[in-house]
Amino acid sequence: MTRIGEAGKRGPSVRSDCWIQVELQDSGGLELDLKSKVTIMYGDRIEGLLREGCEVLGLVDAKVSVEDQGALPFTLAARLETAARRAGHTPAADFLLPAGDATTYTSEFGRLRRSRLYLPGNEPKFYVNAGLHGPDGIILDLEDSVAPAEKDAARCLVRNALRAVNFYGAERMVRINQGERGLEDLDWVVPHNLHLVLIPKVESPEEVVAVDRRIAAIKQQHGLETPVYVMPIIESALGAWRAYEIGVASPNVVGLAIGLEDYTADIGAQRTNAGTESFWARAQVLNGARAAGVQPIDTVFSDVTDMDGLRDSVLEAKSLGFVGKGCIHPRQIQVVHEAFAPDPVEIDKACHIVRAFEDAESRGLGVVSLGSKMIDAPVVKRALATVDAALKVGRLEPDWRDGADKPGARRSGLLNEKGGE
Amino acid sequence: MTKLVKNAVGRDVPVEINGEAAVPFQGVGKFVPTGRKAAPPIRSCADYPSDGNKIVDSIKQALVNAGLRDGMTISTHHHLRNGDFVANAVFAAAAELGVKGLRWFPSASFPIHEPQIALMEAGVISHIEGSMNGPLGDYCTRGRMKGMAILRSHGGRYQAVQDGEVHIDIAVIAAPTADPFGNATGDRGPTACGLLGFALADSEYADHVIAVTDNLVPFPCIPWQIQGNNVDQVVVMDSIGDASKIVSGTTQITKSPDRLLIAELTARFCDEAGIVQDGFSFQAGAGGTALSFALFLRDMMRERNIKARFVRGGSTQYLVDMLEEGLTDYILDGQTFDLEGVRSMRENPGHQNTSPFTSYNWHGKGNFASMLDAVVLGATEVDLGFNANVVTHSDGRLLHGIGGWMNCLASKCTILPIPSFRDRIPVIVDDVTTLCGPGELIDVIVTERGIAINPQRRDLKEQLRGSSLPIRPLADIKNEVDEICGGAAAKPDLGEKVVAAIKWVDGTVIDCVRQVGQ
Repeated sequence: MTRIGEAGKRGPSVRSDCWIQVELQDSGGLELDLKSKVTIMYGDRIEGLLREGCEVLGLVDAKVSVEDQGALPFTLAARLETAARRAGHTPAADFLLPAGDATTYTSEFGRLRRSRLYLPGNEPKFYVNAGLHGPDGIILDLEDSVAPAEKDAARCLVRNALRAVNFYGAERMVRINQGERGLEDLDWVVPHNLHLVLIPKVESPEEVVAVDRRIAAIKQQHGLETPVYVMPIIESALGAWRAYEIGVASPNVVGLAIGLEDYTADIGAQRTNAGTESFWARAQVLNGARAAGVQPIDTVFSDVTDMDGLRDSVLEAKSLGFVGKGCIHPRQIQVVHEAFAPDPVEIDKACHIVRAFEDAESRGLGVVSLGSKMIDAPVVKRALATVDAALKVGRLEPDWRDGADKPGARRSGLLNEKGGE
Repeated sequence: MTKLVKNAVGRDVPVEINGEAAVPFQGVGKFVPTGRKAAPPIRSCADYPSDGNKIVDSIKQALVNAGLRDGMTISTHHHLRNGDFVANAVFAAAAELGVKGLRWFPSASFPIHEPQIALMEAGVISHIEGSMNGPLGDYCTRGRMKGMAILRSHGGRYQAVQDGEVHIDIAVIAAPTADPFGNATGDRGPTACGLLGFALADSEYADHVIAVTDNLVPFPCIPWQIQGNNVDQVVVMDSIGDASKIVSGTTQITKSPDRLLIAELTARFCDEAGIVQDGFSFQAGAGGTALSFALFLRDMMRERNIKARFVRGGSTQYLVDMLEEGLTDYILDGQTFDLEGVRSMRENPGHQNTSPFTSYNWHGKGNFASMLDAVVLGATEVDLGFNANVVTHSDGRLLHGIGGWMNCLASKCTILPIPSFRDRIPVIVDDVTTLCGPGELIDVIVTERGIAINPQRRDLKEQLRGSSLPIRPLADIKNEVDEICGGAAAKPDLGEKVVAAIKWVDGTVIDCVRQVGQ
């Protein structure tokens, strides 16, 4: 049996991480060898944390060696636990630090999901500031961005991050692995105020049901009430073919996302900028999602330096009907939000229509008209959605109805083509 | 044991440094200088070759001719940065001549100057007065240097020389191009560095001036950034430096999303504060965040057709692009960071070389820094009183030189765009380890977690009322960071021994650095 386990990263170029080795021994108590870049500032606290961790984990006789490059407490704790497990030690309990106050907020079924930022699961340095960039969702990824040998370390780190890190209102998401490993991932993350699970490479409704059942079981075990949503990712021909079935597989499905790298490989095509090869699948997933009453979410844009390309790509996705885009770099988020936001012309038109609608309602009229034109119900519905979106992104003042100089205030019946004032 | 007194910002500072009296900091603008400026001895053309040829064989010979002896002060400049061969050659020659107890007075030192440690151990050099980092900074912090170091800003160095606080016996000026008369320029030659402004005071005030070049041209060397009439001797070396370490081929802007966020918030702040207007001016250095700030500003200026009157700073290709695009009338350049900057300075009359005299000297009839509408600067730490540290790490070790940092605090709006913590090292602390800039001069601190406006700047607070920017009290940001880091950071156990004094722009002592480690 192996008696030594190690976890984390070491070396001078490592930042905000640490390397911890646990060597199990038969006697001699706990031996701690700590080297830290922040010894002067936090040496005592780090030692305290490690000793507490050893006690919780039930490490009595062990040599623990640490090389710390400024890891935050949640990372130190995760590396210690992973190293202990890798040494063959069965922990007496998980080493959980107290959950932070800023990690307790909840999500909503229909919330904005324009951007969701992927963070590699085993890379702690990206975690703490990710929410500052204002994404609608943050995905702590256990799947493709984590090397097979680090899956266990990533689970532990992601669990600790969910308890410790303030994501500043972003929806708290985890992308699990495929199959049985993915179901095991859920045991680690669901109890820690997880909002949403991304399920990769989904090809059948049964896969969604399996995830949903496991989530329900974990919630029951921990007495959790708040919903944990799921978002299947369609990444194959079969998945695309069955998009609608997947979308209605569980009431917890909030959206269907499409992943094009795997999809194009699956159909034997090259991925191109024009995207002709994936048009059918995108339209299929979009219609499947809409038919199922959930949000259609587009793939990621992978050239992080090309902001103009990203903007065009989002505008194209928006024109097809998608409401979200994956992000792999924080600088993409703002561009995505701006491109998804209604433009001033749309907003002004929508305000006119909503005013006319409210006017008609207050006068008890069944027909909404603007000047000499009749307005159909779907047009009103879309205008209400546009006004709502404009309010959410701050492109419309909450008091937009008041005053003659506000959008949509003109009663002439002529829509202002340029928008704005 | 050095006697210490509390100065106007509550720091204990020495009243005597290396045997000379020192004045504790009295408050911003409080110290009143008296007397007349220092001056070098009067010379006669009778003692210099009438054909204008001042070339001698070697640095060693030049030092002998200059009358080098024990205890003298030798100065060098740092325009060649980490590629400088000249300072090492000078002290190697001095060691061969067997002199002892020299004071080295560089405008800044770099890791390439590590050989001076052995010379300090051997007693050739007694101590260094100038910015130190890397191995020299470490040597100094550990208390190994014999005398006390004195750290000054670029403007403070000019002031100290001008006021006679530092008397330079021999100035050695590395010159990328020079003629036999001693006219010299930094804007051309195989080791071109742009300009030679840091050597101006040395050339004007030293008893003896030696120009060292690897690119000798026949008289006249034009332009003459250093005037040959101030130069005693000229030495020709094979190479005065490693060009690749003097300027970079290209300057990279930061890719860090967090730094970009900070830079963007800074630019938006300037906009909402009403700073970005036709005819405005700003200074941004070559650090990653400062450069990206300039680019965000550039985009804003383009979009709204706004033009700056002048931009100050170490120049880079990005500032040069702005000049060439017509977004600014002038670059007033204090040091050139890349090849594009050097080319522009050589070719573009709108790219003006400046010196600590014009830009920073506090004991002068005004300076450029105070005319800037906005300046963005870095810092290793700030505290809740908005005081900032730029020289030491939170563990007490010397990390950076002061550069023009202190001088720039005089600008109309001083902004520190800094991360709120680095790895697990909080940047916002209760009390800065070393106080280099009094809080009353620091107007705004921009972090990735929010923007703090100095409560003393009520006008800025008023101007930004209702802004969508994340404006928060500094203490709020600090509390959040302390929580992330797992509590406030402990302070280093500082030794009793003072290893370096920090001088304010007027020559008074604002703080000092204590020994850390052995």
